[in-house]
Amino acid sequence: MTKRRLGYGLLIVLALVAPYAGLYPVLLMKILCFALFACAFNLLLGYTGLLSFGHAAFFGMAGYVAGHGIKVWGLPPEIGLLLAALAAAALGLVFGWLAIRRAGIYFAMITLALAQMMYFFFLQAPFTGGEDGLQDVPRGKLLGFINLADDLNLYYFVLAIFIFGFWAIYRTVHSPFGHVLKAIRENEARATSLGYDVDRYKLLAFVLSAGLSGLAGATKTLVFRFATLTDAHWHQSGEVVLMTLLGGMGTSLGPVVGAGIIVTLQNELADKVGSLVSVIIGACFVLCVLAFRRGVVGEAGALYRRITGERRS
Amino acid sequence: MTEIFGVSTQALLGQLVLGLVNGSFYALLSLGLAVIFGMLNIINFAHGAFYMIGAVMTWMALNYFGISYWWSLALVPLVVGVVAVVIERALLQWLYKLDPLYGLLLTFGLALIFEGVFRNAYGVSGLPYSIPEQFSEPLNLGFMLLPKYRAWVILVSLVVCFATWFLIEKTRLGATLRAATENAKLTQAFGINVPLLVMLTYGFGIALAAFAGVLAAPTKQISPLMGSNLIIGVFAVVVIGGMGSILGAIVTGLALGVIEGLTRVFYPEASATVVFIIMALVLLVRPAGLFGKRES
Repeated sequence: MTKRRLGYGLLIVLALVAPYAGLYPVLLMKILCFALFACAFNLLLGYTGLLSFGHAAFFGMAGYVAGHGIKVWGLPPEIGLLLAALAAAALGLVFGWLAIRRAGIYFAMITLALAQMMYFFFLQAPFTGGEDGLQDVPRGKLLGFINLADDLNLYYFVLAIFIFGFWAIYRTVHSPFGHVLKAIRENEARATSLGYDVDRYKLLAFVLSAGLSGLAGATKTLVFRFATLTDAHWHQSGEVVLMTLLGGMGTSLGPVVGAGIIVTLQNELADKVGSLVSVIIGACFVLCVLAFRRGVVGEAGALYRRITGERRS
Repeated sequence: MTEIFGVSTQALLGQLVLGLVNGSFYALLSLGLAVIFGMLNIINFAHGAFYMIGAVMTWMALNYFGISYWWSLALVPLVVGVVAVVIERALLQWLYKLDPLYGLLLTFGLALIFEGVFRNAYGVSGLPYSIPEQFSEPLNLGFMLLPKYRAWVILVSLVVCFATWFLIEKTRLGATLRAATENAKLTQAFGINVPLLVMLTYGFGIALAAFAGVLAAPTKQISPLMGSNLIIGVFAVVVIGGMGSILGAIVTGLALGVIEGLTRVFYPEASATVVFIIMALVLLVRPAGLFGKRES
């Protein structure tokens, strides 16, 4: 266990010095936001075995709530983020309550349809700014004295949020609650017969995942100072699936790696290939599903175990 | 002009017909989804993309090769069906033993690829396609003017839907197909080439989607995005109807199209979301769907 702690400690140190190593803080923050989003999504797909195709609804809605709260109501950023995460969790409660009535493939279709409904709602609702989005959200001052307009200050705030979210998910997964989730993933009927109220566990996992996805979406609004329909679009739901799949679902660090790869890829390619980005994303999907189902971290772990001859615990 | 609830009957009937047109597309697409799901155990996310390809190919056929609407109606589904068969052989057949979620993800990737390629080539603004001249005059029914093309879409969709139903429920081939859906291994043991059936089923389901695309070309904006906008509504239709019954898929598709049309008359703000709201309500009352069997 100490080896693992050392590893995480090293990663945190790397993240702390990253802006001084010439990496652009805004890109790093974007990666962190999507990494948190993907980790929250992984809690559901990787550990509970539920494929939600509607997570963009939470991500996008939290963006709007945070933006509206900070810009129109003049809330301080930390309260705005909290409110947004709670709103996303509440939406998750409704979505989850409806969607867990069906399993497997239907669950995916239901979440997708509900998210699309929210998309149309955002398109028409007055406070979202429709096609233009919610612009010019001020970053404000954290706790009243830390100026977040400074990219470096904001970077450390975003990093703190990410570490909190990652830690919360890590703790959840390794708690007795998390073990029940994994039992549901492996064999739902057996978990039921052991006396667990499977639906309640699924719903709680869904709400947690929605809330943390919301936290990610709200943070993204704070970073980019706007919230748009793109964040609530089903493409976004698909992208977070891809990040998790590419990085390795059911691994702690996989979604972070996946988010890093996809965001960097989009950042590099956006100017060069234009609308062909979605072709590349689509091709990644096809390749991952056909040949790379364990993802980067999953494959690396398997390789490591084969070299050291260590058995999977 | 007579009015019902403050809405002129002309407008009401007009939206009703338009609703039936959309319902026909819902029915054709959800039918294909259900048939494919039955045999391949895959939810074909690319279904909307194939519908879009059907429409775009109709446009390309006319503008590049001078192939008329009528020829497209026969040729485009055939060509797209062949493409689908190639995709099934090259990609999908490796997924049958896995969790059906992987099929959804792979076809999602395919949908992104198709959408991106066509978006790159044609943009998103929409391509014009004029209604075939036989249908240019509206039909005067006395109480309303019925655009002939809309009537044609509804009619031909119904015929194709019921032909499909007949094929699957009443013929020997259909019986074999249903047997393979029920128990593929046992059916294969009886000497039936199940992989071939699976391949043809996928081709057929996709050809239905492409056929809907050809029908849509003269009435809808032909745009690379038209498929993805439709397919999510179709998913809701499938959840509402349940995929257990062919007739169920047809009836649910048409009914939801009509409901959507009526919503457009009485409460236009909700017309984009009404299908999803109904889906939520059905989930509350009958989680297995209106025509669905309880899944284990």
